[in-house]
Amino acid sequence: MTTTSEPPLQLTAGEQLVRPSTSLGVLSRPTGETGWKSWLFTVDHKRIGIMYGAAALLFLVVGGVEALLIRLQLAVPGGNVLSEDAYNQVFTMHGVTMVFLVIMPMAAAFANYLLPLQIGARDVAFPRLNAFSLWAFLAGGIFLNTSWLLGGAPDGGWFGYAPNSGLAYSPSHGMDFYALGLQITGIASLVSAVNLITTVLNMRAPGMTLFRMPVLTWMLLVVQFLLLFAIPVITVALFLLSFDRLFDANFFNVAAGADPLLWQHLFWIFGHPEVYILILPAFGIMSEVIPVFSRKPIFGYPFMVFSGIAIGFMGWGVWAHHMFTSGMGPVSVAAFSLSTMFIAVPTGVKILNWLATMWGGRLRFTTAMLYSVGAVAMFTIGGLSGVTHAISPADTQQTDTYYIVAHFHYVIFGGSLMGMLSGFYFWWPKAFGYKLNERLGKLGFWVLLIGFNLTFGPMHILGLQGMSRRIHSYAADSGFNLWNAVATAGAFVIAVGVLMLFWNIGLSRRRARGAPPIGPDPWDGRGLEWMTASPTPTHNFDREITVTRQDEFWHRKWGYDEDNKVVRVAAADDVAHDGSAADVHLPSPSYWPVVVALGLPFVAYGLIYNLWVTAIGALLILGGLYAWVFEPPDDPEAHGHDDGHAADPSGDAGNGETGGPSANGDGESANGDGESADGAGGRELVGSAAPGGPSAEAAEDRP
Amino acid sequence: MTDLAASERAASAPTGTPPAHPTTTGLSHNKLAMWLFLGSECLLFGALIATYMFAKSRLPAGELGPNDVFDIPFTSVSSFVLLMSSLTMVLALSALTRGEERGFRVWIVATALLGGTFIAGQVYEFTVFYNLGLGYTTNIFGSAFYTLTGFHGAHVTIGIVMLMSALVASLRGRLSPRNAETVELIGLYWHFVDIVWILIFTIIYLFPQ
Repeated sequence: MTTTSEPPLQLTAGEQLVRPSTSLGVLSRPTGETGWKSWLFTVDHKRIGIMYGAAALLFLVVGGVEALLIRLQLAVPGGNVLSEDAYNQVFTMHGVTMVFLVIMPMAAAFANYLLPLQIGARDVAFPRLNAFSLWAFLAGGIFLNTSWLLGGAPDGGWFGYAPNSGLAYSPSHGMDFYALGLQITGIASLVSAVNLITTVLNMRAPGMTLFRMPVLTWMLLVVQFLLLFAIPVITVALFLLSFDRLFDANFFNVAAGADPLLWQHLFWIFGHPEVYILILPAFGIMSEVIPVFSRKPIFGYPFMVFSGIAIGFMGWGVWAHHMFTSGMGPVSVAAFSLSTMFIAVPTGVKILNWLATMWGGRLRFTTAMLYSVGAVAMFTIGGLSGVTHAISPADTQQTDTYYIVAHFHYVIFGGSLMGMLSGFYFWWPKAFGYKLNERLGKLGFWVLLIGFNLTFGPMHILGLQGMSRRIHSYAADSGFNLWNAVATAGAFVIAVGVLMLFWNIGLSRRRARGAPPIGPDPWDGRGLEWMTASPTPTHNFDREITVTRQDEFWHRKWGYDEDNKVVRVAAADDVAHDGSAADVHLPSPSYWPVVVALGLPFVAYGLIYNLWVTAIGALLILGGLYAWVFEPPDDPEAHGHDDGHAADPSGDAGNGETGGPSANGDGESANGDGESADGAGGRELVGSAAPGGPSAEAAEDRP
Repeated sequence: MTDLAASERAASAPTGTPPAHPTTTGLSHNKLAMWLFLGSECLLFGALIATYMFAKSRLPAGELGPNDVFDIPFTSVSSFVLLMSSLTMVLALSALTRGEERGFRVWIVATALLGGTFIAGQVYEFTVFYNLGLGYTTNIFGSAFYTLTGFHGAHVTIGIVMLMSALVASLRGRLSPRNAETVELIGLYWHFVDIVWILIFTIIYLFPQ
């Protein structure tokens, strides 16, 4: 948007509100690069990514404890660790936490940290919106979990089937927390989807065409599109549920003629794309890790990309396979059976391509590689049991049994989570400047893998024996005793494996103190993210990078001799930027994303308890949004130099975001633009110490 | 690292509308984001309309239904008012890009007034329906109808807030042809909300069965 233009001289009277000096208090921007405030108000995509990851690990512990409680309850027949009511709450919150508060934010962590780096950008398109997404997610997650202390957590399952989740069958406030909490995390996901799609489409480095983008970038792009179109559907479903529960509407009131299938359709139209939202980021990560440690380019790059896109499209046509036993009729069942079998094809393409990438490669089994290979194997098992669900007569037997539980844990835990753990080990040195301990990491991998299979493998058998999902206890003579005991033992092995990850983080962090720096490229990486210092400097790259081919960074390090053998042509340290550039203009931190996000749980609490609280929350949001728009685009004090705003690929700080509030359906973009016209724009004319431009390529090629 | 191209770009910035940061697609970030957001909104209204149609088809016989309450002539007029506001929105943007500040203010106020008239009509309509016995909780049709049209009304209201913000910005002298894109984005949103109403009016009012 046109930010650049208005020279300060054109400012007219009455403008001081939008162009304050720092002395005007509330409308200044926060400063400082260290301390908790610098994290709270940051708009740096890397810090936001790290906080997403930390929050996801925290919620992993919460969800993990809930899982252990479930397994303790089921360890022996007639278990009495939890009451029926508590058991319902625990398994509901386990599912909600793992899906919405662990896997999704973990994917958001990788998306935030890596997307801009992989496309050679300085930040995302809307840095403040990015911060808002993080805080809104966190607000939603904390809001959901406060339900434990406020009369009981949600107890209607993570799928929240209405009318079972209605007031009649779920009279506590739990399901209100569910509906409103997921609404808040949904806002976070939606805003982040708009932001990241804009980033990928609009902020690629020169020469970074769509088909030179890393597979991870592609998969994350597909995921953001899935979020963009899936979130509004669950938004509607959750609104309907909330209106039923809070305002006595009749959407799921069967006595008034309502049909429970309405919820099922709306939920699963969201819910099945959601499955791909969970798995595709891990697919992307595995597609980055496996080539590096096979020392080969990804096999069949176009097939990897197109199969991801195909999954993204076909994922919209399979939702009713969650409803084969709902009585929706033979035509629907046959159609969704077929489409479900078809979607296994692009997924199979991916698995074969990973195998072909490894085939003949010079394999290095680092921890990251182990997790990736483990994820491929475990996901394949889960994928195969998934195909058995596509066959509707078989599915009719399997529905609501532990066979289903086994299936989706193999794909989500074995596929998504293991893939992301692979990503943690792989990009940890990039984010923090030291590697995680490999020995402990490998040991942890094997513990986790064994524990995982001990826990979820037996569930296949239990399911086929007829053990129902979600039952609170079972009788001693049901024949379920042995495998339940094994599964519970396995769950605790998993817990040990997760603890070893945390131990590893602490240990490696301690050992890294005083150790020599790791260098920009510890793994002989391929993507642009390795082409800058570790940990990534705030401004990402010193100069704009001109991309000429896929795996640009690798090709700058390696070439071919006359025998067509691969030879090193440059050292990574010489190719990579050292992060020393000091003349880069970056967006300033901001108070308002936190304030607006803080308003959301107030609105939600108010809807449950007292509408006055909602009014306070709404005022916070409205005030925060206007302040967001009226704050200066940049702290005038922060940059003493002539910055390179003109050719800075990303620093669209003030103005870039003004579409943001309106993207939320609020009306601020009108003022926003004028605001950004002054601060940054004035200096624009002065400074053209610009990284980039055509000559940057020449600069790049200098060793 | 100063180079000629970058300084030229910076120097030409005040005169041209294109953004100073060249974007990959050539669209500004804001416009792309607005289009994406509107794409997402399609699914929101799609789900709401589907819910309405599903609910209507399940209305038990003898209950207060669409045919008992709808006043097609009245709603046709208010629909016409809303559609005309799209015209004035276009005129407002056109005036702004030509630098006609006064014309812009007149048309933006006209747009907001037309939108406001539509909302007033909706409030009136809701009151009439309520007096006919159709409350939010009366039956499944009532819940679905008020939810769908209420969501649309909320979108129009937010649009009016945006229009008024643009007016205030203009009165403070902060809107110029250079940042007309902001108004264009409000216009995109406004036209989208109008198009949704065309769908709602056709599907809900014109085919009440």
